[in-house]
Amino acid sequence: MNIDTKSKLNFNTTWSYAPALESQDHIQINKKYGHFIGGKFVAPAKGKYFKTINPATGKAIANIADGDQSDVNKAVRAARQAYQKYWSKTTGAERGKYIYRIARMIQERAREFAVIESLDGGKPIRESKTIDIPLAAAHFFYYAGWADKLEYAFPNRTPEPLGVAGQIIPWNFPLLMAAWKIAPALAAGNTVVLKPAETTPLTALKLAELIQDADLPPGVVNIVTGDGKAGEALVNNSDIDKIAFTGSTEVGKLIQQSVAGTNKKVTLELGGKAANIIFEDAPIDQAVEGIINGIYLNQGHVCCAGSRLFIQESVANIVIQKLKDWMETLIVGDPLDKNTDVGAINSKNQLKIINNYIEIGKNEGAHYYESSCALPDNGGYWCRPSLFTNTSQSSRIVQEEIFGPVLTVQTFRTVEEVIKKANNTPYGLSAGVWTDKGSKIFKMTTGLNAGVIWANTYNKFDPTSPFGGYKESGFGREGGLHGLADYLKFV
Amino acid sequence: MPPTTEIKSPTIDKVGIHERAARLMSRSIKKDSKMMALKLALNMIDLTTLEGADTIGKVKQLCNKAIHLHGNHPGLPHVAAVCVYPTLVRTAREALKGTEIRVAAVATAFPSGQAPSEVKIADTKFAVGEGAHEVDMVISRGKFLQGEYNFVFDEIAAVKEASGEAHLKVILETGELGTYDQVRKASDIAMHAGADFIKTSTGKISPAATPQVTLVMLEAIRDFYYLTNKVIGMKPAGGIRKAKQAIQYLVMLRETLGETWLTKDYFRFGASSLANDILMQIIKQETGVYQSADYFSFD
Repeated sequence: MNIDTKSKLNFNTTWSYAPALESQDHIQINKKYGHFIGGKFVAPAKGKYFKTINPATGKAIANIADGDQSDVNKAVRAARQAYQKYWSKTTGAERGKYIYRIARMIQERAREFAVIESLDGGKPIRESKTIDIPLAAAHFFYYAGWADKLEYAFPNRTPEPLGVAGQIIPWNFPLLMAAWKIAPALAAGNTVVLKPAETTPLTALKLAELIQDADLPPGVVNIVTGDGKAGEALVNNSDIDKIAFTGSTEVGKLIQQSVAGTNKKVTLELGGKAANIIFEDAPIDQAVEGIINGIYLNQGHVCCAGSRLFIQESVANIVIQKLKDWMETLIVGDPLDKNTDVGAINSKNQLKIINNYIEIGKNEGAHYYESSCALPDNGGYWCRPSLFTNTSQSSRIVQEEIFGPVLTVQTFRTVEEVIKKANNTPYGLSAGVWTDKGSKIFKMTTGLNAGVIWANTYNKFDPTSPFGGYKESGFGREGGLHGLADYLKFV
Repeated sequence: MPPTTEIKSPTIDKVGIHERAARLMSRSIKKDSKMMALKLALNMIDLTTLEGADTIGKVKQLCNKAIHLHGNHPGLPHVAAVCVYPTLVRTAREALKGTEIRVAAVATAFPSGQAPSEVKIADTKFAVGEGAHEVDMVISRGKFLQGEYNFVFDEIAAVKEASGEAHLKVILETGELGTYDQVRKASDIAMHAGADFIKTSTGKISPAATPQVTLVMLEAIRDFYYLTNKVIGMKPAGGIRKAKQAIQYLVMLRETLGETWLTKDYFRFGASSLANDILMQIIKQETGVYQSADYFSFD
């Protein structure tokens, strides 16, 4: 189909949506939070705090304890004590009950968690409410069920917990990442020290309050807030049996180096630069919707984001035309507005990184296109959804992870060509395939080097489905039985 | 116009359609934007009576309702049209004289469409002769399901010609077509054959209009627009009873096609009881007081 530029659609309509803000009346955020160690909130050893910022306004929300090595050591001691004194002696069935209780309480407090998640991290309330919080509860429900069935889960093997797990999580799905870490660890009989991301500690701290209310034995879950130095201290602590990290490939490599020569088990879930592949026989409109969800959901702050679009050349023009038109309907704005599609960029720093990549792309000769939406003018960190055409595998913006609402577009001619190009990356976390032909789906999925591959959909998660990558996207899996195995040893 | 062998319709992914529709239906429309949507929706209604038992009396009273939706309440738009059987077109025209409300007639052996083409053409010519501004035809679903797409195309083109100045809406009867792929194919055939509007249903069978099938048809219209620059209208009919549903359809329309289509010239609701629910919501928002169905006339 040839595209007539006269036939551009006009989404700047007379009838627009009034603000529809989610209520904040029911939430409770303290002015100051300590670490959660040994079942209590305690002040940081050196008495230092830092502010967590609302990225939609640039204003501070609360004061957060700045964890250092002594705080981390204290937490690890508490976790070790709890493990030795009671958790390792608690039956699977009892562990399961605690985990179910946590799951139920997350559901009961879902609205509060959702609002706080959006306030602290910038993601649209629609996503917090319908994706993050329900999935977090689902992970606890799922792993609760395995706690007393470990021998059934791994027949003919004798599973035992590893001991104390140190867990470091990122800022893109704060509560969900905490759930992905804590639930399987506890189900398998471990105790944990969790370090939430520097820019998004609040929902982890609310989870700590919930865990207190759930009467989980003190020290089974400990939460130490802080920045990179707290994470480093946790990785280097000599009494940790296992490190689980989700974050950038760069830091993942540092962690690998740190644990080399120790007995610590490690799992890493790192970056990605997923190929989202559209064939000419794809259901085109649904594919365009899938592209949008793949890269603009959560402002593109998704490790498995479909950030490299590959369109079969015969339908490239129409897909790009539709993408550009469709992008005009995306509403960028207040994360607490129920109609917002794209929220605030998580931090000033991340916005800088994204804008830097946009400059790099332009300087490399790629053609930049952004939606024409209005941006709020209030001190928040905002970025319009955009795409780059005239790119290729040799472009930096195609090779490097941008972690923002920026899509690169390439064309391909054949199945063989696109498999080769999709795999031509150090990453291997995820990919998407769009075609109506079943045999093509099977061929693509066996050929693509990615841990998670979606066909005719994108960004779908379930606690039963193991998530993780190949190559420099890391190793180990979260979710399903594979996720459970990573917290056990088999004697 | 290309012969049907050259009309290429894409396949439609059902899961994707349902997800897109669900996302659009979750939009929160409040305050002024809700009021604007309510009034827009009201203005887009084709007030309809298509019963075997229709009489001159019934149609006259329906037309009276069309003209006096809610007494002398200020700021209310009028409905777009009244839709009746061909034998009652003259009555409707007479009753609506002096107003801007159009008269649409169903034709072509509505609702089954199981009649020879000559009969369907004659039916159309009669309706137009009686004064219908718009013709709502039905496609031959039997022929379509037999794979005789050229026949379906030719029949639509012939009815379009017989309609003369009147606008032609082509009813696909989506509930009988089976899959969204089929709905898309039928939509494309209809538009290429000369339809001014494509319409979901006769309202006589279930399922009638759904948000999902409407989305499929709106996307067909979008692709046709990209291809030809022609603006084709859309009409979901049957099963739309509540204002909330109507607003969801408008959201879908807005985010699929945009400004040009947000008018009664290119979008209609085929509905009878919808009008009163919209009126109830308008009055409730204006006064802050919940209304009773008894305050709104039933004609």
